[in-house]
Amino acid sequence: MASSTHAPRSPGATVHRSPTAPPQSFVWTRRVVLTLITVFTLVPVYVMLSSSLKPLSDVSGKFSWIPNGFSIRPYVDIWSTIPLARYFVNSLIVAGTASICSVVVAIFAAYSVSRYRFRGKRVFTVTVLSTQMFPGILFLLPLFLIFVNIGNSTGIDLYGSRGGLILTYLTFSLPFSIWMLIGYFDSIPKDLDEAAMVDGCGPLGALFRVVVPAAIPGIVAVTLYAFMTAWGEVLFASVMTNDNTRTLAVGLQGYSTQNDVYWNQIMAASLVVSIPVVAGFLLLQRYLVAGLTAGAVK
Amino acid sequence: MTATDTTSQVPQAAGDDVLKSGGARGRFPRIPDRIRRGGLPYLLLLPALVLELLIHILPMIIGMVMSFRGLTQFFIRNWSNAPWTGLHNYRVAVDFDAPIGKALLHSFYVTLGFTLLAVGLSWLVGTGTAVLMQENFRGRGLLRTIFLVPYALPAYAAIITWAFMFQRDNGLVNHVLHDQLHITDKPSFWLIGDNSFYALVIVAIWKSWPFAFLMVMAALQNIPRELYEAASIDGAGLWQQIRKITMPSLRPVNQVLVLVLFLWTFNDFNTPYVLFGKSAPESADLISIHIYQSSFDTWNFGSGSAMSVLLLLFLLVVTTVYLIFTSRGRKTSDG
Repeated sequence: MASSTHAPRSPGATVHRSPTAPPQSFVWTRRVVLTLITVFTLVPVYVMLSSSLKPLSDVSGKFSWIPNGFSIRPYVDIWSTIPLARYFVNSLIVAGTASICSVVVAIFAAYSVSRYRFRGKRVFTVTVLSTQMFPGILFLLPLFLIFVNIGNSTGIDLYGSRGGLILTYLTFSLPFSIWMLIGYFDSIPKDLDEAAMVDGCGPLGALFRVVVPAAIPGIVAVTLYAFMTAWGEVLFASVMTNDNTRTLAVGLQGYSTQNDVYWNQIMAASLVVSIPVVAGFLLLQRYLVAGLTAGAVK
Repeated sequence: MTATDTTSQVPQAAGDDVLKSGGARGRFPRIPDRIRRGGLPYLLLLPALVLELLIHILPMIIGMVMSFRGLTQFFIRNWSNAPWTGLHNYRVAVDFDAPIGKALLHSFYVTLGFTLLAVGLSWLVGTGTAVLMQENFRGRGLLRTIFLVPYALPAYAAIITWAFMFQRDNGLVNHVLHDQLHITDKPSFWLIGDNSFYALVIVAIWKSWPFAFLMVMAALQNIPRELYEAASIDGAGLWQQIRKITMPSLRPVNQVLVLVLFLWTFNDFNTPYVLFGKSAPESADLISIHIYQSSFDTWNFGSGSAMSVLLLLFLLVVTTVYLIFTSRGRKTSDG
């Protein structure tokens, strides 16, 4: 398989655990369990794909594994049943801005934490780490109030605006961007930027000429991860948006009307909105997985 | 003393830091003193500090203040006018004989049961799969990519699909259980009533087991091959090797993994919200939905804030106890 992402091994070393072939009982356990797990994992994907190609009459009746009828109408209709394109653009702007902002800010913070020793460093890292464990609802209520009150007293409407939503998305994307980038920066030898500084680079020169280029895969992976998380976010989006700023996460509910639930269109739209992040994920999985697992495995 | 170090938030003396992080930090003296001592590290942190203050610290403080006020819909537009009610919101939240407290306690139990079940099974499936895939075989890379799918799909898109599968009349689950396998007498409701708890657990497992799989898989790659070779020369069979080498080696990663899974699952909002909408069935009334609903339905933000603070306190206590407990266990077992 071309997409194998493991550390290179010598071609002969296919058996990792023991020099002898595994017993037959193990091989059979493996086959059965992995088949079940694969089915469990892929069934929703199959349902999404097959149902998105069914006519409404088919998808409203009894479920069928093989579609009775075939139609690409759902893929055409999704754009007119609800303003899907607008939600798509909103999601793109909000998730894109939030992830880029948090990664840019995180680059400086992570460099500082990774390269310097200073008073309060531990307080900072522990605070950043612990905010990741706090429930979103904890920040939602006060941020909602702050936004409403700012709008009231200054006329700047953060509540319902894309800018406000972006700000709330930083509550989760900033901490893990900082956290993951510290891990990536730590893995870059400090000798490299120290040498650059000896050669006359300032600390910022060392950051941008040595550390950032060396960490590009990691930075891209963190940005994508932040983007994915924001793209799938539901809690803040369900409160902090209005008709114009609605994101996909909330907008897709529009396919259920009083009379009908357009399941085929819901499935088609779900597939369409999944494509950008799934493609990005598969492309960058090597770096994403490295970043996700780095901290825990040490 | 070492046990409490993990949770201590007090800034460490410089010498401590070097000891902790091993030799890597020992190189620091090479950076010129004027830079190390200067404000540069703080300057680099400044944007992050300002944002942290704005999005985390300030809202948290306001949230705490809100929880001591009678912050009802009349004061949403100007919360500083809301009357100070002291511990009233907290007293109501923990008065388990009255409706609000009773509902909160019920929701807490549901969340706890849901979390323990979902985390336990996710861990089991993830670890089992990773162990089975430790060795190379044909199709391993492909399977690994497939197993990442739940991770890659946007949460709501995947959960909506599950909601469709759990539909009573046109869903896959009833089709399989009733029409094909004849396990159930009649098509069941999965998104209302008692069954919704199990629907919730299944979706949560589907979403989170790949994370356990990834973590364990990464940890397995760090186990030296020689350990297995030595064991097999000594006559240990495969299952014995798994029990005696693989499982103990996973201890450190499990310590992090279980905590992270616990916190994510306990705080999960997406799954119940997309499956059930704003008001979840009683059997699946997770705490984050409960607080959300009781805040935004009645606009009683004071009460909602008090519940959030209680939730935070609970998570802090659990995390602290867990960290102390696991690092003690580690100390004794590692000598």
